[in-house]
Amino acid sequence: MRKLMTVAAAAVFALGAAGCGSSDSGGSNPTVDSGAKFAAGSTMEKLNKAQKITIGTKFDQPLFGLKGLDGKPKGFDVEIGKIVAAKLGIPADKIEWVETPSKVREDSIQQGKVDLVVATYTIKDERKQKVDFAGPYYIAGQDIMVKKGDTSITGPDSFKDGTKKVCSVTGSTPAAEIRKHVKDVAGQLVLFDVYSKCADALKNGQVDAVTTDNVILLGLVDQSKDAFALVGKPFTEEPYGIGLKKGDDAFRTFVNDTLEAAAKDGSYEKAWKDTAGAVDPETPTLPTIDRY
Amino acid sequence: MHVLVDNAGTFAHGLYVTLQLCLLAGIGALVIGTVLAAMRISPVPPLRWLGTAYVTVVRNTPLTIVFFVAAFALPQIGVGADFLKIPLLEQVFVRLGTDLPFFRLAVVALAVYTAAFVCEALRAGVNAVQPGQAEAGRSLGLTFLQNLRLIVLPQAGQATAVPLGSVIIAMIKNSALAGIFGVAGDLMQTSDDLSSLGQATVPIFIGVSVGYLILTVPLGLLLDHVERRQAVSR
Amino acid sequence: MKTAEASVLYDAPGPRARRLTVVTSVVVGALLAYALYAWVYQPLADKGQFTHEKWGALVDPSDENFPLVWQRLGIGFRNTLTAAALSIVASVVLGTALAVLRFRLADVARGPRPRLGAAGRRPAFGRVPVVLRYWCERALGLVTRVFVEFFRGIPVLITIFFTARILPEYGVRLSPLYFLVIGLTLYNMVVIGEILRSGMANLPRGQKEAADAIGLSPLQTIVSILLPQSYRVMLPALISQVVVVLKDTSLGFVISYEEVLRIGGQIIQSLSNPIQVYIVIAVIYILINYLISRLAVYVQRRVARGRKTPPGAVVPRVAVPDTAPGVGAAV
Repeated sequence: MRKLMTVAAAAVFALGAAGCGSSDSGGSNPTVDSGAKFAAGSTMEKLNKAQKITIGTKFDQPLFGLKGLDGKPKGFDVEIGKIVAAKLGIPADKIEWVETPSKVREDSIQQGKVDLVVATYTIKDERKQKVDFAGPYYIAGQDIMVKKGDTSITGPDSFKDGTKKVCSVTGSTPAAEIRKHVKDVAGQLVLFDVYSKCADALKNGQVDAVTTDNVILLGLVDQSKDAFALVGKPFTEEPYGIGLKKGDDAFRTFVNDTLEAAAKDGSYEKAWKDTAGAVDPETPTLPTIDRY
Repeated sequence: MHVLVDNAGTFAHGLYVTLQLCLLAGIGALVIGTVLAAMRISPVPPLRWLGTAYVTVVRNTPLTIVFFVAAFALPQIGVGADFLKIPLLEQVFVRLGTDLPFFRLAVVALAVYTAAFVCEALRAGVNAVQPGQAEAGRSLGLTFLQNLRLIVLPQAGQATAVPLGSVIIAMIKNSALAGIFGVAGDLMQTSDDLSSLGQATVPIFIGVSVGYLILTVPLGLLLDHVERRQAVSR
Repeated sequence: MKTAEASVLYDAPGPRARRLTVVTSVVVGALLAYALYAWVYQPLADKGQFTHEKWGALVDPSDENFPLVWQRLGIGFRNTLTAAALSIVASVVLGTALAVLRFRLADVARGPRPRLGAAGRRPAFGRVPVVLRYWCERALGLVTRVFVEFFRGIPVLITIFFTARILPEYGVRLSPLYFLVIGLTLYNMVVIGEILRSGMANLPRGQKEAADAIGLSPLQTIVSILLPQSYRVMLPALISQVVVVLKDTSLGFVISYEEVLRIGGQIIQSLSNPIQVYIVIAVIYILINYLISRLAVYVQRRVARGRKTPPGAVVPRVAVPDTAPGVGAAV
């Protein structure tokens, strides 16, 4: 049955293949460092030998990690993951991508389900109790998204009078942050498991605003075909890091070095241009790596 | 275990929200389900077809899809379930009156889904009445409504009680899905929230389970009791 | 159309009643059609929900995304069916074990209570193992009862969600598929166990008495006499449970299992056509489940026809196979 479907799909695909080339955007493959050598017993050596790495990312985050129609995740986080894998001597098609929504990221690393998490993952002291962070590779800031033309919300303090409703995601930093500004949590704050539901709720007018990191919101603005707009005044600083197992300092140093090298050889810039650059053409420079 | 003690109030509140949700959805399901059952046993074919179509569609669709439709598709065509903002009722059930529509939408989703099962339980009850009973009623000269009121429904009620109770228990458990679809503060969402704040998982699991068991077990025991009594009386 | 349920309430209609029925049907049919048009079609059309842009990738094979979308949906359905199949097999196996255990333990509980000594005699300590075993079995009976009431009483969503959160804390490393299967099985084995157990409990007493009389051990009686008959009587209810499991696999989205709804969600991210994608997925679900429900009804008719013993008219609370497949505690 499935075979039949696949065959049929393949046939149809072949017929209509002419127009398909363009759908594969942003899927670059960094050069694989095939001659890479690592210290015996290190995580790098283990991964290099296995020729396989499991990376956690988001599957529903436009511009950073979004599973496309072809079933492959795309975005800036994904490209960063590929750069690290390439440095380990692992080609992009040997990466196993695992979905790690906000609330399971620490667990996934601690339980060894993933080797790395690149998933719009803010470096936080309380998270450092459980996992270690390489990076940051990007600095975002929490902002607010509203319907285009809505000027009644100007910043987080607009929620203080208890009428405006705001949406975010369970277990995320922005949700914890906005709680401080909301007067009546039960009546004003809506939490879903993914941001796409928040966007739907905003589109339907069920909430007045969605709050999270500006880059995530940019992706949603992009998808909405300009139905949404950003307030444009980030009120926090969110350094995105690459999560890895606590105590694996050699691996952390390696990932940090990889990021710095990527900034030098232009692959960092390319990763941005291929993905988030479509919406935000201003390529960021790699922030100072925090080698704690 | 101290998580359980520290958050006892939170769980109690979650139980209260879930209870409100179930009460409203239960009433809605009984009303819609009765109308559907009436349609399915009515002499007018189009009504019968519509009733049958409704039951077939809803019963074979995962509740998750029903919730998706209620939470996101209905609002797209402009339904915020505002008809549930009934003046006196919204004073008792404060959530009905708030501007956040998810509580109302969850009530609608649960009621619409459960109604199909309520309808089937009721219909099964009417079918369980022996045809001879109604025939006897008719030959005594009872009108259709008299027949229904005096002969059929009382007997159907007995056969309906247990299946109907099962449907309500199932609905209480199904209400957990509301917590994933924007209803803040019900038992499921409370536990989701607590566990994503990094609290120990096992006590939260125990807390939320106890919450649901408080609602389902007494009802289940009651049904077992009724069932045994009916079995004896037969 | 003469339906079974109509016969309870009305006599066969005469010419006047038939005319009346036709007239009302036409009027009601027209009203319904108008209501559907005004309340469903019109609002959707106003919002542009019937455009090719929204539907093309789902229904038009010449659309460039059509093969991709259906390939993804195919994967999703394969994952859904995999999880459902594994859960059903596991639930039936474990449910049978649970049913046998609980039936046997209930038997023990009903039987005589062994004592250390008869009235007035001094305790005979040789009987200690017998007494001990008896009380162990009573305790086990209590434990299984609590297990059943617990997992029957909490939402399966909670079971799935916490299976995936708690087990890893104790070092269990599994993919979401298996957490979903474990979560679904914990619930469904209990339901199926109860279906089978009440099936056995409601068989005519003579079956068990005859088995005892020819010298079968209690376990032999259960396994070779009672259980097969229970399967037979309860087959429709068991098939209905398959529908329930199939529907409940959709809850896998809470633990990021890529079943069809989750993949549907991803497709929506790319195509922004939620209503259309959910309609298509719902239609496929309905078709599959409808066929299974029909199968349950068919099997039930066969079972009812072939039944030699008088119908017990006892319907366990966990399942109502008589009229409504799918109705029961396991909605």
